[in-house]
Amino acid sequence: MPRRAPEGPPPPPVVQRLRVRYAKRGRLRFTSHRDFARAFERALRRADVPIAYSAGFTPHPRVSYLGAAPTGVASEAEYLELGLASPVDPDQLCISLDRALPDGLDLVEIVVAGPGSLAERIQASHWRIELPGIEAEQAARALDSFLDRQEIRIERVTKDGRRSVDARGAVLSARTCAEGRAILELVVRQTIPAVRPDDVLAALRAVAGLALEAPPVAVRLAQGPLDDNGGVGDPLAADREAAGSTAPSYQASREAPLPAVPPPRAAAPVQ
Amino acid sequence: MPIRSLFPDLEPLLPRVSKPIQYVGGELNSRVKDWDCVAVHWALMYPDAYEVGLPNQGVQILYEVLNERVDALAERTYAVWPDLEALMRENGIGQFTVDAHRPVAAFDLLGVSFATELGYTNLLTALDLAGIPLHAADRDESHPIVVAGGHAAFNPEPIADFVDAAVLGDGEQAVGVLTDLVRDWKQDGRPGGRDGLLVRFAATGGSYVPRFYDVDYLPDGRIAAVRPNRPEVPERAVKHTVMDLDRWPYPKAPLVPLAETVHERMSVEIFRGCTRGCRFCQAGMITRPVRERSIDTIGSMVEQGLRATGFGEVGLLSLSSADHSEIGELAKQLADRYEDDKVSLSLPSTRVDAFNIELANEFSRSGRRSGLTFAPEGGSERLRRVINKMVSKDDLIRTVSTAYAQGWRQVKLYFMCGLPTETDEDVLEIAAMSHDVIRAGREATGSRDIRCTVSIGGFVPKPHTPFQWAAMADPETIDRRLRRLREAINADRSLGRNVGMRYHDGQPSLIEGLLSRGDRRVGAVIEQVWRDGGRFDGWSEHFSYARWVGACASVLRGVDLAWFTTRERDADEVLPWDHLDSGLDKQWLWDDWQDALGEFEQDDCRWTPCFDCGVCSNLGTDIQIGPTGRPLLPVLPR
Repeated sequence: MPRRAPEGPPPPPVVQRLRVRYAKRGRLRFTSHRDFARAFERALRRADVPIAYSAGFTPHPRVSYLGAAPTGVASEAEYLELGLASPVDPDQLCISLDRALPDGLDLVEIVVAGPGSLAERIQASHWRIELPGIEAEQAARALDSFLDRQEIRIERVTKDGRRSVDARGAVLSARTCAEGRAILELVVRQTIPAVRPDDVLAALRAVAGLALEAPPVAVRLAQGPLDDNGGVGDPLAADREAAGSTAPSYQASREAPLPAVPPPRAAAPVQ
Repeated sequence: MPIRSLFPDLEPLLPRVSKPIQYVGGELNSRVKDWDCVAVHWALMYPDAYEVGLPNQGVQILYEVLNERVDALAERTYAVWPDLEALMRENGIGQFTVDAHRPVAAFDLLGVSFATELGYTNLLTALDLAGIPLHAADRDESHPIVVAGGHAAFNPEPIADFVDAAVLGDGEQAVGVLTDLVRDWKQDGRPGGRDGLLVRFAATGGSYVPRFYDVDYLPDGRIAAVRPNRPEVPERAVKHTVMDLDRWPYPKAPLVPLAETVHERMSVEIFRGCTRGCRFCQAGMITRPVRERSIDTIGSMVEQGLRATGFGEVGLLSLSSADHSEIGELAKQLADRYEDDKVSLSLPSTRVDAFNIELANEFSRSGRRSGLTFAPEGGSERLRRVINKMVSKDDLIRTVSTAYAQGWRQVKLYFMCGLPTETDEDVLEIAAMSHDVIRAGREATGSRDIRCTVSIGGFVPKPHTPFQWAAMADPETIDRRLRRLREAINADRSLGRNVGMRYHDGQPSLIEGLLSRGDRRVGAVIEQVWRDGGRFDGWSEHFSYARWVGACASVLRGVDLAWFTTRERDADEVLPWDHLDSGLDKQWLWDDWQDALGEFEQDDCRWTPCFDCGVCSNLGTDIQIGPTGRPLLPVLPR
């Protein structure tokens, strides 16, 4: 059978690599990662971004996504990388891409990629989880029993069946606070498989009987390198430094930035 | 009166249901208008899951047409899956729109687009969740007017109890007329109440209001007569036809869903109507005459739509897209224009000829040549004369040989089973045809690795077609023929192993047949099925044949499921939809039915003289086709 090959020269090479921080907010937190990827690729077309493509009959745009927040969980700090076929001004691109996306999928910052791998800088995530119907004290007691354990195995239902996951080991620090309702904050180390807010809540239910009356509202506040104090740093800081700027150059955020959170108290050491 | 959003109540339930993104709205190009700034509020429903309903062109067109008016707003609502339905009932949350999550019960009108009759039970779920009485007779002025549209509205009798009105035909102008009537009636102080408004709908709005017509039955169960019971109401309700599609270039900014849907592409309708005359095809009969969009309007709709959506694929829609008078030019120019933009073009193609392959080659210039689809519909040449699908076996083999030789890897063939006069032998010829296709493909390519898929649907006779009098085959007959066909395909293993066969069993088709040609007595069956838990009947995992059979047995008196489906009708029988005017002469339909039985073919009136189907003369319409000779408009730099 005659095999056809794509005609013409190979696609133009990548001349600029960009790193993108975006947020998933409000009702659009129910966007799954696949949903986001489709919406983002359409936004690239709408904004006329000179994205580079892979070769072959079904060329794919050069977009690579870093570990995405679960469906239903909001995030202020999601990351992806773009390969462009001609260079653009990252600040301008941030504005036009944000306009091309639906409200709630918001561009926060775009920087030119500096040396080093972004994926390697994503060492931990900072989560904030609202616990509806739970008293602050009750949450604090449950967290204490959680932190007292070395390991808490929970069952996670996946496509391939049930899988046992340790929800404790990856939690580096945690605290509760009350703002009318109990709020749990966690710093969780990036592991494979990733430990998600749901896993920690399942563990709290297992060790302390903490049962929620409604689904929790969770948001990823940050992800990035772990600093010496156990806090989560900005993974794009190194790129910004390499490009000679120090502060985030553009904030596409429509909401006021979340108040800075003091570093959570250190967890019991895990052996 | 401010209308509260139901979203705060809904939001905590969403993490507990599958694919919650389908319920949150916020799609690109969706609109939320201020409730109090407009006089008339439309909720538009597609009565199936969001993933099926969102891409529906009818709903998207009306959504945009209505929202462009300063005095109206339109929001969308879809069928919710049973997991969310249960939680909504538990928490007292009503049917909501996805745009502003306003309660459907608060709208002036609920317009429901029925592409298929299998959405009827989903209508009842939505009405019930909305707190709207199921029966139109039980509604008062506080409830929305429920209006049915779409192809199934050409026989709305089975849902006559549940809808207030039905609109036949094109909706673009009809929704404007209804909007004016509702606005004026409200301004006038609502004279005559709900009834007064519905009289205006029927008398001057071109709508069919079932309650204004009485049906009398003969002792043997057939209909004696259908007569209006009010002086203001016309004898027959007439379909709407939009002439000059260039003046209605909708949707201009198609909705872009976040959720994955069944059509991940943008669609541009290149013409409406079809006069190929396939006798089984309701769409071809009820959308006459053919009205083409001109090549330059299509060009600008494609360009504007792509800019507005970012879609990577454009489908050129119609009932038989290769028949557009300028399709060759259109294909070439669009392919030239978008070759470098990674935008692919597709043509839902069913014509079996070499020209179709040229078009497909044009559309796949720089892309993969995966599969081509052809629809001979009938297995034998005799049967294809009965259904007026003029394709010879030699044509088909020649065409697929060309396709394989030009690099296409797979050919898909569509057929129907259960057609009038069909015998087992007619169906078994599909096996021989598929073997010949594999042989031809091997010869054309020199390779044994050739694929052919045979896809078979059950035939359902539809109102306003020459087959409206035909008896359906019973499910046992269908299943036996399909079983024998599979054996015949596999009888020659060396050929059969390269043929895939896809089919549905005969039971859902029989129920679709009941709902398609049913009369008002079928309403009680639908309601009983719904009360027994019937939902999403178009989905095989939700459809229950036993539930429908049981409901027919418990509710119907004097007539039964077989009476509505496997019984052939006589020339003089009053059909439940005779008082609904699609423009087609009943006598012409009957003559065409007789021609079908005599195996006589009928040509297309675009290329041969008018054969008097009745549509143009009855409705004052005319064929609108090119060629215009105009080029695509140049694209302005962005």
